[in-house]
Amino acid sequence: MVFALAVTALAACAGQPAADEASSGSSDTIKVGILHSLSGTMAISEVTVKDAELLAIDEINAAGGVLGKKLRPVVEDGASDWPTFAEKATKLIAQDRVAAVFGGWTSASRKAMLPVFEKRKALLWYPVQYEGLESSPYIFYTGATTNQQIVPALDYLKEQGEKKLFLVGSDYVFPRTANKIIKAYAAANGMEILGEEYTPLGHTEYGTLVNKIAEAKPDAVFNTLNGDSNVAFFKQLKSAGIGADQIPAMSVSVAEEEVKAIGPDNIAGHLVAWNYYQTTETPENEKFVAAFKAKYGADKVTSDPMEAGYNAVYLWAEAVEKAGTTDVEAVKKAAAGVGLDRPEGKVTIDGDNQHVYKTARIGVIQPDGQIKEVWNSGEPIKPDPYLKTYSWAGGLV
Amino acid sequence: MEGVLNQLPIGLSIGAVLLLAALGLTFTFGQMGVINMAHGEFIMAGAYTAYLLQGVGFLIALPAAFVVAGLMGLILERTLIRRFYGRPLDTLLLTWGVSLILQQLARDLFGAPNVQVASPAWLRGGIGILPYNRLFIMALAAASVLAIWAYLNRTGQGRRMRAVMQNRRLAATSGIDTGRVDQRTFFIGSGLAGVAGVALTLIGPVGPTLGTNYIVDAFLVVVAGGLGQLRGAVLAAIGLGLLDSYAEFWSDASLAKVAVFVVIIGFLQVRPQGLLSVRSRALT
Repeated sequence: MVFALAVTALAACAGQPAADEASSGSSDTIKVGILHSLSGTMAISEVTVKDAELLAIDEINAAGGVLGKKLRPVVEDGASDWPTFAEKATKLIAQDRVAAVFGGWTSASRKAMLPVFEKRKALLWYPVQYEGLESSPYIFYTGATTNQQIVPALDYLKEQGEKKLFLVGSDYVFPRTANKIIKAYAAANGMEILGEEYTPLGHTEYGTLVNKIAEAKPDAVFNTLNGDSNVAFFKQLKSAGIGADQIPAMSVSVAEEEVKAIGPDNIAGHLVAWNYYQTTETPENEKFVAAFKAKYGADKVTSDPMEAGYNAVYLWAEAVEKAGTTDVEAVKKAAAGVGLDRPEGKVTIDGDNQHVYKTARIGVIQPDGQIKEVWNSGEPIKPDPYLKTYSWAGGLV
Repeated sequence: MEGVLNQLPIGLSIGAVLLLAALGLTFTFGQMGVINMAHGEFIMAGAYTAYLLQGVGFLIALPAAFVVAGLMGLILERTLIRRFYGRPLDTLLLTWGVSLILQQLARDLFGAPNVQVASPAWLRGGIGILPYNRLFIMALAAASVLAIWAYLNRTGQGRRMRAVMQNRRLAATSGIDTGRVDQRTFFIGSGLAGVAGVALTLIGPVGPTLGTNYIVDAFLVVVAGGLGQLRGAVLAAIGLGLLDSYAEFWSDASLAKVAVFVVIIGFLQVRPQGLLSVRSRALT
């Protein structure tokens, strides 16, 4: 805390001279900020996204940089503490004068940073799927919004005849909003919600919840648990004898990295919904996986948020090239319609809401920890953070 | 109805987890008055010991974790806590700092992501809703309590330990080397945290923040049970486990947590000394 205060104080009194030095003294480099939790409960997930973003920066530099200049990352630790995210964002913008910041994971951290970026008219690239209902002019969202992940997941369950759902989630904004959407969808599509349960972040006692699920006998569980809780939930579900063949769980926050920690044998057979898997078959993904393993170790896995972070750097770089400057307003204007072939397939920035067109993919977790795709949306889905094009979602926003 | 009955063993198993996490604290906090925020990290050290010994055998991890966590506790006591006896607030800050350092150390050694400890094959499966690994944790908690009880009541060392706890100065004048007893108490108390860590690998994630998930609950058990009371800790852990499991069954996990806190606060208003307390004629 004292350290955080010191940093803020530094940022506040750094003033003009330091800033001038930063921008003029480095005419051959462009500074970009990387702001993720490198410590605390979210470090498990966010460190890997930071790694993917640094990989993208390395690759871009190796290919000659942006506007002929090399990118120089300034890495800061959000420490899983939302006010710290806001402080570090301020520091990156005001003191380091970065051209853009790539960062955040939880919606709480994004909500904490949002006013900072809006006030200082700086750019945040946010790489994680989230609950939608937001569209800040100074944030680019490279992860999925609800109609690119949760809605397709529900479509898939409906198609499979899983009509009775049990909702399990962590107790904060993303799961609660997601479940509101799920309930509206269920009501309009003749599905039944047998239970809706929330547990605090970090909760590890799932005996009671598993018992409730066993009592309710749903066709499927819709799981919006986040972080470590997933490990406890799936271990205890499995040891209570409830297998994926009886009650499959559809998870929207469990990717390859989490599967590794949960233990593939505890979660094999369950479903996940994302836009990218390590197994996704594109030439770009082959390169991405190989490069990531070469840089960070052969036992590393790649996941959707990592890929979205990796994409964010490339999309920003492309927009800067197109704009011919790192000026925020010019980059924002140039970004609309920027499209690239990425590991997940074609991604295109939607100029209306600064989200990205993405292909939805449903996968089944394999005993080796990889995820096998069983369904995809065929083409990239237009992002619709406010679900305006879905009639059943009318009462939500 | 079946669900209501099922909650009973679930509550008992939650109680067993709480008890294992809190047992070591009944020594170091309850009996020595040291508010050891690093206790949770000794639990974590036990869990990582189980991770490192995965190939060797789960049962071997139990004594190994006891020794590893015990030694960490011993080093902490010898180098730092010893200098801060009688200054509870300083100790609290000090051990909190140690706890942060240990968490970061674990992150540097094992990486930020959770590691996976596979349950041994003989603990897979279960009876009805109650898995074998839960039964194992209950048995382990019972065995640990028995072992401590026997140690305190049936051995010379245990008697000396009790003497120091009840009246440090009188024990010292009676020729007991209180410094040595303190070391031993800290070794055993921290070692028990290590054992709890091994047990926790069966049900939850193993990561650098494992300990922080349990430290508050462990303090609750010790405070509600009465400082330094083995029997009190057992009763408090089982009571809180059952309360938690039924409150969650009839409401949800967040409300259950609130219920547990409300009951404990209410209870401590009526009995600030906890369920059981040391009867002594000392003037305090």
